[in-house]
Amino acid sequence: MPNEANNVILSVRNISKRFPGVQALSSVSLDFRSGEVHVLMGENGAGKSTLMKLLAGIYECDEGEIILEGVPVKMENPLKAQLLGINLINQELNIAGNLTVAENVFMGNEPSRFGLVDRVQMAERAKDALAKLGSQFPVDVTAGSLSIAEQQQIEIARSIVHNGKILIMDEPTAALSDRETERLFELILSLRAKGMAIIYISHRLAEVGIIADQVSVLRDGAYIGTLRKPNLDNGEIVRMMVGRELTDFYKHEVSTTLTPNRLVVNKITDGKRVKPTSFSVAGGEILALSGLVGSGRTEMARLIFGADKRTSGEIWIDGHKVHIESPIDAIRHGIGYVPEDRKSLGLFLEMSGHENITMNVMDKTSSGGILSRKKNDDITKGAIERLQIRIASPRTKALSLSGGNQQKLLLARWLEIKPKAIILDEPTRGVDVGAKSEIYKLIGEIARQGVAVVFISSELPEVVGIAQRVLVMRNGGIVAEITDKKDITQEKIMAYATGVEPPQPAYIR
Amino acid sequence: MEATVQKRNGSTRARKLMRDLGILPILIVIAVLFSFTTTTFLTTNNLVNILRQASINIVLAVGMTLVILTGGIDLSVGSALAVTAVVGLLTSLNPSLQWGTVLFPLLAGLIIGLVNGLLVAYVKLPPFIATLGTMTTFRGVSYLLPDGTTVINNNLNFAWVGNNYLGPIPWLVVIAFIIVLLAWFLLRKTVLGVRIYAVGGNAQAARLTGIKVGFVLVFVYAVTGLLCGLGGVMTASRLYSASGLLGNGYELDAIAAVILGGTSVVGGIGSVGGTLIGALIMAVLNNGLTLMNVSFFWQMVIRGIVIILAVTIDKFRTRSTV
Repeated sequence: MPNEANNVILSVRNISKRFPGVQALSSVSLDFRSGEVHVLMGENGAGKSTLMKLLAGIYECDEGEIILEGVPVKMENPLKAQLLGINLINQELNIAGNLTVAENVFMGNEPSRFGLVDRVQMAERAKDALAKLGSQFPVDVTAGSLSIAEQQQIEIARSIVHNGKILIMDEPTAALSDRETERLFELILSLRAKGMAIIYISHRLAEVGIIADQVSVLRDGAYIGTLRKPNLDNGEIVRMMVGRELTDFYKHEVSTTLTPNRLVVNKITDGKRVKPTSFSVAGGEILALSGLVGSGRTEMARLIFGADKRTSGEIWIDGHKVHIESPIDAIRHGIGYVPEDRKSLGLFLEMSGHENITMNVMDKTSSGGILSRKKNDDITKGAIERLQIRIASPRTKALSLSGGNQQKLLLARWLEIKPKAIILDEPTRGVDVGAKSEIYKLIGEIARQGVAVVFISSELPEVVGIAQRVLVMRNGGIVAEITDKKDITQEKIMAYATGVEPPQPAYIR
Repeated sequence: MEATVQKRNGSTRARKLMRDLGILPILIVIAVLFSFTTTTFLTTNNLVNILRQASINIVLAVGMTLVILTGGIDLSVGSALAVTAVVGLLTSLNPSLQWGTVLFPLLAGLIIGLVNGLLVAYVKLPPFIATLGTMTTFRGVSYLLPDGTTVINNNLNFAWVGNNYLGPIPWLVVIAFIIVLLAWFLLRKTVLGVRIYAVGGNAQAARLTGIKVGFVLVFVYAVTGLLCGLGGVMTASRLYSASGLLGNGYELDAIAAVILGGTSVVGGIGSVGGTLIGALIMAVLNNGLTLMNVSFFWQMVIRGIVIILAVTIDKFRTRSTV
């Protein structure tokens, strides 16, 4: 075990932070060591982000102290934190897409001579920093043209040019593909080897085993406990996070009667990213569409829903061929689609929960275009109860809800159209553990009402946990179908998804 | 952040009230100031006068509110007003077209609005650019129609609009308030109203929710055009004349009223009630400063500063309520 020695670089002692109406952190004490990856876990609202923002100088704490290398420090603002060697990489990256890579690396801190930007030095130093990270892109292209993973590397390079000692990453893998994630982990481990202290916030248990030296769990603003390698036990971590057992995590009801061919997709293609694809889903069935990020799952879902234009192919609902050119058509024929990126494609963040829920049906409940207050209020009330949406009032803005409750708003909206088929695209992304479990139960209930459920997910454990049948996609086409529940394993899905296992005969074109 | 907003307590009610009041307190403060610094401000005559002066801007600003709520902007309202006023006057000079003196300006406004709407919704031009183009184009049209002259008609059959009263209240004011009420009803009580907010809040999500985003956009620009037509009728009836000079800079007054009223320039947030108060602040400032014999040039300076101050105050006020 390296780093067993007491090389604590950063400590917080009895730190507390109050926001109007809520104690975000109460008397939390933690130590962070150089050359270690310290993973912070906890549900949304547990206080992880608040703690990070205190360390990065975005908030100031009400009580307690931050001790850097044995000296109490005040983090008055982000600049101070940066000067002290603490860099925070947010979930939403802080990159100006119109500027070059080098300009982004030095944003706010441009090397200058006689008050003029020294572009030569800037390019050189940016190149050096990125080389240390093993990055593959030049420093003179605009950052906007790079992938999310590459933009992330720019942010990491920032901490290197600032001689950062502590790097804080808030859910850095949320928008990365599996391969990019692997690459990021290599990078994190190499920074660790160079003696950097890495504080890593995550929802994903799978990541813990790979990179964590220790895991600390927060719940409701309080410190629950810390596990150290080699005693990192997933079950124990979940128990600490939610205060209950993992065994009933994926528990959900399944439908016993299936209505075959509720939704049939026949050779649909966009002529580009989705090869002609056919499959069918029964009413009451939960069909998982698995595969790597970029394998064409979302693209295919959007074709079925009419969000993008398809060049050929047919869609059938209950034995009738339906004509779908736009989302409006799809909705009319009873197809719902809960998009992957719920904030930018699903929710109306500035509008109330009530409006978000009733958005799809308010014209049907209206008379002559005038809103029916009573009917809509009943719908909202019913949905909040049924889906157990935790919302202060139906008039509360969607913006202020947690990820899980935002997702429930969307589910509620789509359930109101009484769908025959519903496509759920990564419905548990960015959702905390407790709410995940509730969403699995909900998916079970939706299926039991006879809806054909297409469930798109990159998280294999949940695919294994709730799917009755799995289709694996690769390079824009289906490569395998796994029908027997006992054959649905992470290994098998991954083998088809990555191409280790050749496509099944039925899917060879 | 995620944790901060989960729970609410009693003080939120006071904050909510503050938020709902919007910039009304600022209007009151300005009005109180003027009632102390001048003797004539707080007379019935003067107050009616303020409302009358505000009425045309209110009508235009209501349309602008709808457009800005969708995340757009309409720079062409001043030009559209000029065109429609000229159309009204020219129609009134033709004895056989007396039935169309109000109808034709409204139609002209509607057509201009439809052009804007189609450019934004279907040609997918940025609203700023589309309406910058139509602003210039229709300004030209407003000069071309009367050959660069001023059209005068002292026997306008719709002169009552600008000069008569309903009881003690000028028709101009009555019309402005009817428009505000209609818009309030549209935004608060109808499906289309909610969809205007939805499109402005998140156009992508609106499309995936089955909202006809194009239709909503065409609708708001068309309504704004129609209201420009109404503004043209109101202006022409007051002046008994029209020319290509009318309505210069009215788009900026309308935008200022909307912004003062707390509507977000990126769309999705705002109300027509706020816009009404915004327009009244502008009118009260004009009136009060004139009564105080402040020179026109200083009035411009002060108006600009008040806009910036009011929006700044509003920004801090709303931030503290998150």
